[in-house]
Amino acid sequence: MKTVTIDPITRLEGHGKISIFLDNKGDVANAYLQIPELRGFERFSQGRRAEDMPQITSRICGVCPVAHHFAATKALDDAFNVDPPSAAKKLRELMYCGYFIYDHILHFYYLGGPDFVVGPDAPPAKRNVLGVIEKAGLDIGKEVIKHRAYGQKITAILGGKATHPVCGMPGGVSKGLDKDEVKDIEKMIKSCVDFAKFSLKLFDDIVLQNKDYVNMILSDPYQLKTYNMGLVDKNNKVNFYDGKIRVTDQKGKKYKKFDVKDYYKNIAEHVEEWTYIKFPYLKDLGWKGFKDGKDSGIYRVGPLGRLNAADGMATKEADKEYKKFYETLGGKAVNSTLAFHWARLIELLYATERATELIKDKEITSKKIRNPVGKPGEGYGVVEAARGTLIHHYKLDKNGLIDKANLIVATTNNAGAINMSIRDAAKGVIKKGNVDNATLNMVEMAFRAYDPCFACATHTLPGGLPLEVKIFDHNKKHVKTLTQNL
Amino acid sequence: MAKKKKETKEGNKKKLQLAFYWAASCGGCEIAVLDIDEKILDVAAIADILFWPVAIDTKYKDVEAMKDNSIDVCFFNGAVRTEEQEHLAKLLRKKSKVLVAFGACAVNGGIPGLANVGNKKEVFDVAYLDNPSTDNKKKITPKTKVKVKEGTLTLPDFYDTVKSLDQTVDVDYYLPGCPPTPDMIMNAVNAIAENKLPPKGSVLAPMKSVCDECRFEKYEKKIKEIKRVYEVDELEDKCLLEQGIICLGPATRGGCDARCLDANMPCTGCGGPTPNSLDQGAKMISALASILGIEGEEKMSDEEVQKLIDQVVDPVGTFYKYGLPTSLLRRKVMK
Repeated sequence: MKTVTIDPITRLEGHGKISIFLDNKGDVANAYLQIPELRGFERFSQGRRAEDMPQITSRICGVCPVAHHFAATKALDDAFNVDPPSAAKKLRELMYCGYFIYDHILHFYYLGGPDFVVGPDAPPAKRNVLGVIEKAGLDIGKEVIKHRAYGQKITAILGGKATHPVCGMPGGVSKGLDKDEVKDIEKMIKSCVDFAKFSLKLFDDIVLQNKDYVNMILSDPYQLKTYNMGLVDKNNKVNFYDGKIRVTDQKGKKYKKFDVKDYYKNIAEHVEEWTYIKFPYLKDLGWKGFKDGKDSGIYRVGPLGRLNAADGMATKEADKEYKKFYETLGGKAVNSTLAFHWARLIELLYATERATELIKDKEITSKKIRNPVGKPGEGYGVVEAARGTLIHHYKLDKNGLIDKANLIVATTNNAGAINMSIRDAAKGVIKKGNVDNATLNMVEMAFRAYDPCFACATHTLPGGLPLEVKIFDHNKKHVKTLTQNL
Repeated sequence: MAKKKKETKEGNKKKLQLAFYWAASCGGCEIAVLDIDEKILDVAAIADILFWPVAIDTKYKDVEAMKDNSIDVCFFNGAVRTEEQEHLAKLLRKKSKVLVAFGACAVNGGIPGLANVGNKKEVFDVAYLDNPSTDNKKKITPKTKVKVKEGTLTLPDFYDTVKSLDQTVDVDYYLPGCPPTPDMIMNAVNAIAENKLPPKGSVLAPMKSVCDECRFEKYEKKIKEIKRVYEVDELEDKCLLEQGIICLGPATRGGCDARCLDANMPCTGCGGPTPNSLDQGAKMISALASILGIEGEEKMSDEEVQKLIDQVVDPVGTFYKYGLPTSLLRRKVMK
């Protein structure tokens, strides 16, 4: 086999990199997903004004800025010892729903969905949103564009800007809603509810009615039996904005539930020399390497992690879909990585229903949107980013400047699981040294399901993730490099 | 779409060849491009997008194989902090007739540029060693070359210093903002499509400051003290700076419609320096000096003056939030 030699350092600019090692039969011995960059927000946050953190940390990720914005804002509430008025909390949660609407639509239609809508082995030139529009039709394409934009517009009305909003401040929000804005938002949300239902129907038609896809979802290479983590409300229903962190086991049974203040007692992060990303795990179980199962502390977050970690959805239609999800996929917990896509659409419906409740709430136009802050101290904030549990932890000095900051970012929580998923997918689809671009995409689908936001840990975007796969034979000789999107 | 196709046919013009790329950035600039919403279909009608990792499956080797200058316009976002990013900046420069620094990070270094207050070692220490959730008794940090059981894995190193795009390669135009607004993006695309680009080196944004676009009235009032934004319980309906809140509006280029001010929050400077201004922070300091504690300044002791100045608790983060790499300061002195 010819060796294609391209130095990976110069070709991988901060993106994902997979190295697959083959044994002497040409089967996969092991695979590594490396994250080749780090930006160091924790370092340069030191010395900054605490109130700047919601805007500084939103720049960790331009895809999920609202998640960082409010994780930071909630950490500041705590650090300044202030409980925001209930109207402020509702405004934040409403904006949060707008963000989920935009982000989940973005992933399903622009990033992850093309694999299913256009097909996992379709030509690379067709596996994108334009391919989706071509296949589904321009009318549907325009609906996709419109509703993604609605999510952004709701966020912009409440936050000043959609990408990198500014409204979050300790003790509340800087801007309320007037009646005209409520009307605008109400109209958009109503349309989004229908669009979410349409999306679930589309998923049913295209994926669940297709035996090949269902078999693929249920096939061994895409199963991973890890713990699951997510925020839940007092009834153990999924909540994006607030609640306690709940962990369930491989069978869906409660393992533990804790407050964000105790995150470092429950979560620890492992460091490897070959990647810049850290690997969080459940501290009491310890780091056991890249293994799933009961004894390994590796857990998953994000749509599938959240659904598995909860007992249901807090809104009616989404809860019906939740039940159908488990009935169809064989009960709790669902351990199929590709089921993330379905879980994501159920959450999209929940976000639209929850937004409907909030916009109809009489308090939503209240002028009481801030409470005075106390003295600066230490604070913890947690939200569910679209991609999973997101924790910000700050220590402030007496002048309200950041002394120390620690962040456990959504995709980072999934780092161990993503590594195993790509390894198992590679083992499942690469046999006797046979590798082509369709195979490569099957490996790629294993991490794309997570909607990984390496922008958060580094700076790339999910979906069309630039990827290089290097294949080594058993003599550690580099035999082939496959690249995509680089 | 059909209509656009017809127009293209009638005009019998070759489609524009565009590319989008990101370096050290957050992905927000990509989202900003998507935020032109249905106009993306118009852009697709007049242009081929040759390279756009977020949305289009084009391989890097395809870019390498392109002839020089075969991309009409490349929009490059993100700062440059690794040799890979430098390599890509150079490669895309070579392949593109016009290179546009897109967004605050490419233009001035952006928020990642704040990392110039430290260096690589400090970043590593905080991320991997001195950290409440990291369990790292062996004090491991990532290495550029690591032997694993099956072979060797490599990682790119990164520089101590974050740079803007034009500190790395020659840049033709600048599109500021964090992120640039959809209007600014469409104006740039239309100027390109109609061949009406201004002289090389121009900033593709209005020649005005954020103050010029702000809804709040200014009364030329002096201030006695500086307040943190959370310390002001009830905002009055007037200039935030005149209420004691540091707002970078006077020192920042507009084009954003002062959206942050619409949400009752101060401008933090993402548009970069105002037209014809050398240093955004210096201009803001000068604006602040002209209204802070002016009354009675002559009678103040040195200590009292120092006290006034000390109210600015984080000068670097306040005045250079989006532009430390291209400021006169550039970075913390390396020993």
